[in-house]
Amino acid sequence: MGSGERQKFDNPTVEWIDSRLPIFTLMQKEYGVFPTPRNFNYFWNFGAILMFMLVTMIVSGIVLAMHYTGDTSYAFDSVERIMRDVNGGWLIRYIHMNGASFFFAAVYIHIFRGMYYGSYKRPRELLWILGVAIFLLMMATAFIGYVLPWGQMSLWGATVITNLFSAVPLVGDDIVTLLWGGFSVDNPTLTRFFALHYLLPFVIFAVVFLHVWALHVTGSNNPLGLEPQTEKDTLPFHPYFTMKDTFGLLVFVIIYATFVFFLPNALGHPDNYIPADPLVTPAHIVPEWYFLPFYAILRAITFETNLVMLGGLGVMFMPFFWNFGMGALKMFGGPKLPTFSDMTPQPIFLSVGLVIAGLGFVLHGQIPLLTDVTIIDAKLGGVIAMFGSILLWFVLPWLDSHPIRSARFRPVYRNCFIVLVLIFLFLGYAGALSADATLFGVPMSLLGLLATGYYFAFFVVLLPILSKTEKGRELPKSIHEAVLADETKKAERKKQTQDASLAPEAK
Amino acid sequence: MISRTLITCLALILALGMASPSAMAAGKAKKPPQQDWTFNGPFGTYDKAALQRGYKVYKEVCAACHAMKRVHFRNLTALGYSEDQIKNIAAEYTVIDGPDSEGEMFERQARLSDHFVSPYPNKQAAKAANGAYPPDMSLITKARKDGSNYVYALLTGYDDPAKHGKTLMDGQYYNKYMAGNVIAMAPPLMDGQIAYEDGSPETMEQYARDVTHFLTWAAQPEMEERKRLGIQVLLFLFVFTGIMYAVKKRIWKDVH
Repeated sequence: MGSGERQKFDNPTVEWIDSRLPIFTLMQKEYGVFPTPRNFNYFWNFGAILMFMLVTMIVSGIVLAMHYTGDTSYAFDSVERIMRDVNGGWLIRYIHMNGASFFFAAVYIHIFRGMYYGSYKRPRELLWILGVAIFLLMMATAFIGYVLPWGQMSLWGATVITNLFSAVPLVGDDIVTLLWGGFSVDNPTLTRFFALHYLLPFVIFAVVFLHVWALHVTGSNNPLGLEPQTEKDTLPFHPYFTMKDTFGLLVFVIIYATFVFFLPNALGHPDNYIPADPLVTPAHIVPEWYFLPFYAILRAITFETNLVMLGGLGVMFMPFFWNFGMGALKMFGGPKLPTFSDMTPQPIFLSVGLVIAGLGFVLHGQIPLLTDVTIIDAKLGGVIAMFGSILLWFVLPWLDSHPIRSARFRPVYRNCFIVLVLIFLFLGYAGALSADATLFGVPMSLLGLLATGYYFAFFVVLLPILSKTEKGRELPKSIHEAVLADETKKAERKKQTQDASLAPEAK
Repeated sequence: MISRTLITCLALILALGMASPSAMAAGKAKKPPQQDWTFNGPFGTYDKAALQRGYKVYKEVCAACHAMKRVHFRNLTALGYSEDQIKNIAAEYTVIDGPDSEGEMFERQARLSDHFVSPYPNKQAAKAANGAYPPDMSLITKARKDGSNYVYALLTGYDDPAKHGKTLMDGQYYNKYMAGNVIAMAPPLMDGQIAYEDGSPETMEQYARDVTHFLTWAAQPEMEERKRLGIQVLLFLFVFTGIMYAVKKRIWKDVH
């Protein structure tokens, strides 16, 4: 691996190590002089914050594992022992428990920042995909971790979520049995969940390594979405961004510490301080707050899907499905049939398909074969929607192929995106309510369905169409120029206000 | 096995939102009013006199049915008792220990290291004696929403069912704050029931306040230390953040 030139270090010990394993050279290159766009805003702090949270979770988690017992008869008691008798145990546990919430808060900001500024676009597709993989792993880890204290919500949350897999056709029940290690959520489930909860963070760590590696190949995106062209556009990572990240991280940690020390149970559910009891079902089973938007999507599908509805969906995205099918046909040596020149969703197909799907919904169960055979039952539909809502992120770089990255220069996209974030928050709110709740007299299940509809439409309809149609604003020539222009404007404004405040005195 | 599967299905149906409203919604529980506790707020602490009175209420009333197995006699030092006092308290209880070298179980006086002695040998016995299981009190204020206010409200929230147009079965009582408004616990506290030595009013409300104070401590004995440490940590963080802000400003000065 002795490739490339290596600069000598003055310190003989450092030089001795570096000539054998150029770790100092690597650090110098990737975290010292690493050219970073100078125009980052504070949204770019969340990468560092997430790294901090991951390490915090792993360290506090390992200490907890030293005192925890993964057995249904002792799990709850062992957690309480940590809280009461282990030195500093309450602190470690509250750090870990609230850490999960703050890890997710940070990752949501990080993800939506990436969407707003188009960080997933060429050449950062793989970087983005690795990020989505990390998010999925985080969800799995967090869900499994919530089971370990073996409170009422642990048991019943685990029961509800693992049962979702039974919706998978043919092998569903086998998957559930495998997850449970038996025929209900019980001791074998707890022990395997404990093992996995210890394993997965290290898998996350490995994927984070790839994520950071990919980042250091393409370099960071920035609020303007322009690639740095000259040295004027960038600053060395150290000290500019090491110091900025540290400051931002500390602000984040202040909020985190406030929860750990003063509101340690505010983000949790009181039912999880009741030991798990398979004979008593809690009145209202809800997952942790960070899963609520997806939980709402799961619950939004309360209807069965028949052949006509499925056909309607097919018609809506006809150009895509047709071309996809023809491509496959050709690959397997089939005849070459005409294809659509444009695969983006088209209003005519969308509206006709929607009408067909709507008819199928209204006439459900009334026409033999066409509408009285359920292809996808409500449960499977919900599961598909929930997993689909995240899996869609994997193909985001191809759903949105607009050449402009940053939403700053795409006003239409910007508005649609802001609505998406509001809808996502609304889904979180909907997920926390009981299934029969209403808002202003409208059943929440209907509002949840509409919100879910927008969520999906944003990705599979709006993004592809906007990619083709949105003109966008004129881009600045370079980061450097934009920053300078910004500063001149700020200085002018400052001068103006100064002049204005001076004017009365002059009189 | 069957019942478990059944419950699983029930939970699923509830969770997936395809069921009618749960039975719990039958009676609407009132929201507990907010009380002015000494342990409220970031600088809140426990009142030791209230803790001792509360422990007395628990010991003389609640402990007849409710276990509190996560609290140990040794923990009572936090209430301001001396070690000798606690030894005497513990000595009032007998526990079963063993087996000894002969393989026999034997009875002995409780020690500092023992947890509070439960009124029943197990959950089933507790249930059989009371009709419903009286939950363990160690975590009760953490295991209910707005725990301390809820417990106080519940203890003082009994009412005549006829006033609310309800007829209840034997062993059922009307409570404004209980989910469904029906509770199996008879009104546990009444005026003058427990003698206080420090001259505090011997009223039902005062008993409820004190025992809630005690139960709050039992659920989070670390609270005072937690808040004290929290203030120190936040002070440090504010100073550190301020310094880092200055450092960042200074480093970026030439760039902007």
